[in-house]
Amino acid sequence: MIAELGHFALILALLVAIVQSIVPMLGAARGSRPMMDLAPMAALVQFGAVAIAFAALTHGYVTSDFSLKNVVENSHSLKPLLYKITGVWGNHEGSMLLWALILTLYGAAVGAFGRNLPPALKARVLSVHGMIGTGFLAFILFTSNPFLRVLPVPPDGQGLNPILQDPGLAFHPPFLYLGYVGFSMAFSFAVAALIEGRVDPAWARWVRPWTLVAWCALTLGICLGSWWAYYELGWGGWWAWDPVENASFMPWLSGTALLHSAIVVEKRDTLKGWTIFLALLTFSLSLLGTFLVRSGVLSSVHAFAVDPARGAFILALLVIAIGGSLLLFALRAPALRATGSFAPISRESALVLNNLLLATAALTVFLGTLYPLFLDVIGGDKVSIGSPYYNATFVPLMVPMVLVMAAGPLMTWKRADLAGVLQRLRLAFVGALAVALIMVIVTKGHEALAPLGIGLAGWLLFGTLREVAERIRLFQAPWEVVRNRLAHVPRASWGMSIAHAGLAVTIAGITIASGWQQESIQTLKPGESITLAGDIYRFEKVEPLPGPNYSAEEATVTVSRDGRTFATMHPSRLTYPLQRMTTTDVAIHTDGLSDKYVVLGDPQPDGGWIFRIYYNPLVPWVWFGAIIMVVGGVLSLSDRRLRIGAPVRRLKRTEAELAA
Amino acid sequence: MPPESNSGLGRRLLFVLPIVAFIALAGVFALGLGHDPTALKSAMIDKPAPDFALAPVAADRPGLARADLGGKPMLVNFFASWCAPCRAEHATLAGLAASGVPLYGIAYKDKPEAAQRFLGDLGDPYQRIGLDLDGRTAIDFGVYGVPETYILDRDGRIRYRYAGALTDQVLKTEILPRLDALGRP
Repeated sequence: MIAELGHFALILALLVAIVQSIVPMLGAARGSRPMMDLAPMAALVQFGAVAIAFAALTHGYVTSDFSLKNVVENSHSLKPLLYKITGVWGNHEGSMLLWALILTLYGAAVGAFGRNLPPALKARVLSVHGMIGTGFLAFILFTSNPFLRVLPVPPDGQGLNPILQDPGLAFHPPFLYLGYVGFSMAFSFAVAALIEGRVDPAWARWVRPWTLVAWCALTLGICLGSWWAYYELGWGGWWAWDPVENASFMPWLSGTALLHSAIVVEKRDTLKGWTIFLALLTFSLSLLGTFLVRSGVLSSVHAFAVDPARGAFILALLVIAIGGSLLLFALRAPALRATGSFAPISRESALVLNNLLLATAALTVFLGTLYPLFLDVIGGDKVSIGSPYYNATFVPLMVPMVLVMAAGPLMTWKRADLAGVLQRLRLAFVGALAVALIMVIVTKGHEALAPLGIGLAGWLLFGTLREVAERIRLFQAPWEVVRNRLAHVPRASWGMSIAHAGLAVTIAGITIASGWQQESIQTLKPGESITLAGDIYRFEKVEPLPGPNYSAEEATVTVSRDGRTFATMHPSRLTYPLQRMTTTDVAIHTDGLSDKYVVLGDPQPDGGWIFRIYYNPLVPWVWFGAIIMVVGGVLSLSDRRLRIGAPVRRLKRTEAELAA
Repeated sequence: MPPESNSGLGRRLLFVLPIVAFIALAGVFALGLGHDPTALKSAMIDKPAPDFALAPVAADRPGLARADLGGKPMLVNFFASWCAPCRAEHATLAGLAASGVPLYGIAYKDKPEAAQRFLGDLGDPYQRIGLDLDGRTAIDFGVYGVPETYILDRDGRIRYRYAGALTDQVLKTEILPRLDALGRP
């Protein structure tokens, strides 16, 4: 009964979405207020209906309603309650429903909070959003309906996939979707602006918070996903350039470019066509990510739905959404004219360079991800592209980007004094050189990448600090002035500085973690030990550990250095009899600077056990940095000009300079 | 940015570029959708099976060597006790063997005890089994990952390779017609 309610709610949501895509658009064209005012209402109703559908499916999971096919295939009565709930989106149908829920949530948020938007723009934005909703709700109802029943009702479910019972996996998809789907808002704004034929600073300011929310969520989602892969998959790495990872990384790259170019539109009323293009591109890459993951076009360890019918439907959606918007772009964007002009050396130019490098990086990842498909289609071999490709292409793009990143914020709009900027950065340069030199000494000159990476991280961090110091006139003005300035720095500026510093931390983490990982694989009997990176790992014992739906063997490993034991670790091996599956639970000991990472392997006939032990220096920094970036993004989101959001066309001169 | 700095026709063309690129991409996707990810081409098709001589999984059972292949159309199945899809296809193999199709097994990177336990638990449909401890023979066959099943003709040449777990459906549409075409007794 409740499942049918959910099914009907989903159908209702589709009908409302169809109305929402047509009526407000016509209303905006005819100037009819009642027709335009339908949009926010429809957006709220659509969200309510999808929320009811989602709640109904969740109810099915929580109560283990095995008359639902989706529940039978993906749940089990023995599952812990938490994983029954997260199991709702741990499968194709449920995850698409979550997609739709988040999509309509964004629409409802614009409907409810977008009071400052001009009525026609708001109507068009929500209308375009309704079209996206129509496409995805139709996709769910026609190819991936989670509310199908089965007869006879099986006694229990089949879905107890142990790998999916994990908090990291359970919670990263919602954040990834908040990010992916959040870019739909920027997309809707871009299409609405193309229809209206007007892009101005006010438009950029309205788009920015939605882009920022999406960006923060996507950053967090990628971070959680990478962390999950690190501790769950047990191979000691944290990023594999897997197609599914790339699918989330591409929109992140172009979304980052969009955040920056939208600033130029807002402050300087130029780069309009490019910003619109980035908004279209970012959501297109998000859709593409969905397509790649869901259709089985690219095979990957992550993919959990391979169905050509669904693939064809998503491809049709892609063609309509991306093709349609790009067609509109080709027709309408050339008419967008910029009022601001800028010199080759200016903050605008620095941001353009940043945009070009980010877009090229996204293209690089795109080619690497799709090259196997291209080759396959033209009849070549099945190949897979690995990290050597990305190291050779992606890293060289990031080097100049980071170099410019430290200098960009010190530049002024319109025309900047490069010599002056470099002059002000000389301390940062000395600092970067110093840390790079330290790395040369530590590595005894055998490594080129480590000094480069650490030098870049230092350059970015010191450059960012320099910019903050300059903003508050630290060491240049009396303390009262510094204090006064400190109190008046806009939160968006703090956000930028913190996010840039976060990237510096991540770069340092990536550099050291990829250069200095040490690993050892050995068979140990109880009482034996391995020495790795100066630490002695002693295998004490292994004990059986019964679980609710698995049986496990848990080893005890003590880690000591210089005769002092500082950690006791418990890696384990879990066997799930129902699935005939064995998984490993990695034991990780972290001190914030490095991880000790122990994996228990198979038992050997001679009574020994295989151990894989990794020493991962600075790996936690990869995620710390990402978290810092998110903090910066959230702080920027709380900036007064976005919170108040009053459509002031021109900022007061002084305020504009302060924010610059 | 290029869109702003150009003018006239060149500028218009620049704005058309994204849609053109996207149409090409959509075409590739459409073709890619039609591709079966399990349809891996094998470089070994129509070539004689590679030479090998493998020890048995248990002392009381025969091993498998190149000399045992040929003489009649047959199947060679690569499996491993540690491979979940291999368990899944085992019932299909048992049915196939019961219908009289000659089926030979190669245990890929498997320990003899584990392979024995696997066959003890699930039944042994194979006429002979070779133990490919180091995976060398699998490499010579061009195995992509277990399970894989090869159809050999009476001259001992590889005529077809199926990658992935066999199902009754695959058997009916892919394997049996080919065996019949090769003159299955």
